[in-house]
Amino acid sequence: MTALKGFIIKESKHILRDWKTLVILFVIPVALVLIIGYVVSIDVKDTVIGVYDKARDSESARLTARIASSGYFKPVKVITHDAEIAPAFRSGSIRMVVVIGERFGSRMLQNEGAVVQIIADASEANTAQLLSIYCEGVIQSFAAGEDVVVKPPVEVEVRMFFNPSLNGVYMSIPGIMALVLIIITAMMTSLSITREKELGSMEILLASPLTPFQIIIGKVTPYLALATINAVTVVLLGYFVFRVPMTGSWELLFLINFVYIFLSLALGILISSLAPTQMVAMFASLFGLLLPTMLLSGFIFPLENMPWWLQALSRILPPRYYVEAVKAVMIQGSTLEVVWQRLIVMVAFGLIYMAAAVKKFKIRLD
Amino acid sequence: MEIIIVKDLVMRFGSFTANDRLTFSVAKGEIFGFLGANGAGKTTTMKVLCGLLKPTSGSVVVAGYDVALHPEKVKRNIGYMSQKFSLNDDLTVTENILVYGTIYGLGRAEIGKRTDAMLERLELTQVRKRLVKTLSLGWKQKLAFSVATLHRPSIVFLDEPTSGVDPVTRRRFWELIYEAAENDITVFVTTHYMDEAEYCDRVSIMNRGQIIALDTPQRLKQAHGVESINELFVRMVR
Amino acid sequence: MIKVRNICKSFGAVRALNDVSFEVRENELFGLIGPDGAGKSTLFHILISLMKPDSGDVALWGLDSVRDYRAIRKIIGYMPGKFSLYEDLTVEENLQFFASVFGVRVEENYRLIEDVYRHIAPFGKRPAGKLSGGMKQKLALSCALIHKPRLLVLDEPTTGVDAVSRKEFWDNLKTVRQAGVTAIVATPYMDEAALCDRIAFINNGHIFSVDTPQNIVKRTTQRIFAVRAANMRTLPALCRSLPGVMAAYSFGDAVHLAMNRHDAEAGEIRQQLICLACEKVEVKTVAPIIEDCFIITVKNQK
Repeated sequence: MTALKGFIIKESKHILRDWKTLVILFVIPVALVLIIGYVVSIDVKDTVIGVYDKARDSESARLTARIASSGYFKPVKVITHDAEIAPAFRSGSIRMVVVIGERFGSRMLQNEGAVVQIIADASEANTAQLLSIYCEGVIQSFAAGEDVVVKPPVEVEVRMFFNPSLNGVYMSIPGIMALVLIIITAMMTSLSITREKELGSMEILLASPLTPFQIIIGKVTPYLALATINAVTVVLLGYFVFRVPMTGSWELLFLINFVYIFLSLALGILISSLAPTQMVAMFASLFGLLLPTMLLSGFIFPLENMPWWLQALSRILPPRYYVEAVKAVMIQGSTLEVVWQRLIVMVAFGLIYMAAAVKKFKIRLD
Repeated sequence: MEIIIVKDLVMRFGSFTANDRLTFSVAKGEIFGFLGANGAGKTTTMKVLCGLLKPTSGSVVVAGYDVALHPEKVKRNIGYMSQKFSLNDDLTVTENILVYGTIYGLGRAEIGKRTDAMLERLELTQVRKRLVKTLSLGWKQKLAFSVATLHRPSIVFLDEPTSGVDPVTRRRFWELIYEAAENDITVFVTTHYMDEAEYCDRVSIMNRGQIIALDTPQRLKQAHGVESINELFVRMVR
Repeated sequence: MIKVRNICKSFGAVRALNDVSFEVRENELFGLIGPDGAGKSTLFHILISLMKPDSGDVALWGLDSVRDYRAIRKIIGYMPGKFSLYEDLTVEENLQFFASVFGVRVEENYRLIEDVYRHIAPFGKRPAGKLSGGMKQKLALSCALIHKPRLLVLDEPTTGVDAVSRKEFWDNLKTVRQAGVTAIVATPYMDEAALCDRIAFINNGHIFSVDTPQNIVKRTTQRIFAVRAANMRTLPALCRSLPGVMAAYSFGDAVHLAMNRHDAEAGEIRQQLICLACEKVEVKTVAPIIEDCFIITVKNQK
């Protein structure tokens, strides 16, 4: 049996024996996708709102009914005075108020421009914006059916390409994949190498004929398999549970993932070449990889709104290219002609990290 | 006066019996050597005596308290030191003493007084502000022992306290043990140095969960016709 | 054949090794005797190419420990101080793994490890973490030997191991030596020195007294007295207070006393102790043991 094969077998046994960690490794991705998919991404559904109907005519009653039947909103409170609005928000009993202007019905019929005001609780800005957009949509469709003009108090032109209903899950799935894969690969490999340093077995490995290359490949291979399973889990979960469209080719998606996993593994090895203990490796992976992946990949916060230096920083971190490439393939249906540049960037990063890791891997103790 | 009374102590982990009907007692102020092969069950017994494990059956009274009923009271009245766990390397000598004293509820003034007296005695006054990790192993062990007896416990448990310590310091350490015994502190000690067994008032030898010999070193050697405890140990445990 | 020449090594301001030189002969069982922190582990790390010395050099059968580290790592078997095999792997799997690392099959060299391994073979399917201390040492030794190294380097293999297992371990080392393996063993147990072909004392980064244990004992010119009295516990301190005493420490059931003067007599020591109110005083000259030699050597060094 060759040394490398023996090493891979030994490493796989470590992983399989530690079944508690193994379970966590398989549960984390699923949990993350479900949590972020259902909770963080704001789905508008049966949101409790108030209605302040100043017109009290048949048209305003129809509009109220239309809003109530949209499925997005649930009018639970009837407001009769301006002063009631703020307290209602404060108590948290409603999140938005639709104010139907005076003489709504007659102004509508006479094309004078009926007025509907949307007041949202902006203490949660994202939610407020989303709710108002949904509500606007409902009112517009009501107005379109009536062939009249409803002038909203504020003109907002929102155009959402590819994700017209602003479905958050579309945005998060590639981000979650970036996150999960980097946790499993980079963090777990760096931990498994530093564990040997702490245990003292690294001394024996170093004092043996094993080369740094053999040790690294031996460590990486089992995690490569593990991460691939995870990538497939997350993609399938996104595809079947959250109905993220898959408009591009599966092969290309797989290729992108494979390159990214390779890249993350290289990072993990690099970290463990430098970190003396598991604790240091853990913090290095958390703050050096996990946070930038969450914050600077465009997964939670849009990159366009960031100051130039953060945008520049995001360009030298690999997750951004991965998230962009995955989105391009899954949602826009892009082909290799579109994403090849990002793939090249990732491969280059991976090679640089791997070379640095092999070079930095100490063949001695000091 | 008997400070440790163990009667028919049985400690089982699943189907494995670590301690099999142990019966022995230790007198106040005695230096009791607790010998045994690796895996004979010594550590388990130590844990029971320190109130960290509840015996499966049998009665264990330490410092007047039943370990099964009042483990907290037992813990207040004992000190513990081992080669592996003793002092915090990243604190100074005095900080270590302060931490330990505070755990046992001593007042700051009292801790200060005892610290001065202890450092004086150990001739460590000039290194009081040094980080513990910069001290030699011998000094560390002596300091750790004094810290373990800072709250004046009636018993101190020493788990292989001299493992790896140089021959001179090892013997100096034993002189500290003698001193503690003079002050009526009972010393319960494990060791793999068989010459140290000779320094004890009484020794017990444990094998496969049972005590197979217990007496003064002198009488044990006579009874078995051997020259040293080492010879006796190798003969009995093999 | 191992030649260590003028090795110095510092960590920051700490001088771990100070001009260390010695030689180990082919097929010798060489003991490095000294307490924790003496520099044993650092010396071993340099010996097996895991560290570079600040100055000086090490040659193993002509191979330089810095330049030829690859070749050296093929011919050594190393057992670090703490148990560092894989506790989650079984006994057999550990052995299998280390065989594969060195590109050998377990069966090839089984004869070499048979004496050691047969004690743990019945527990082959047990995770290494569940073995007792003595069995762990045996497994570690088997793993370090499975590729039939020319040089076996053992760093405190018996620390924390009971007296019986220690004896068995040394018996095993003898059979290993008979198979032609050169072995260097570090130990803080002075009594184990007598089991080595030659030994070196190491203390505070200095090496001294490189010789056979018998010669080291012979070369010790100080007379050693074994003192017994009714008050054994206060006796060491009382002995140290006598004039001309170099060292006095408990040794088993007696106190060993080394005098600075070479012409000291048992009778006068006895008389002096009686004057200090000691009762039942018994003094006789004894042949020094290795531990006496170590204490005296360290004292002389200071």
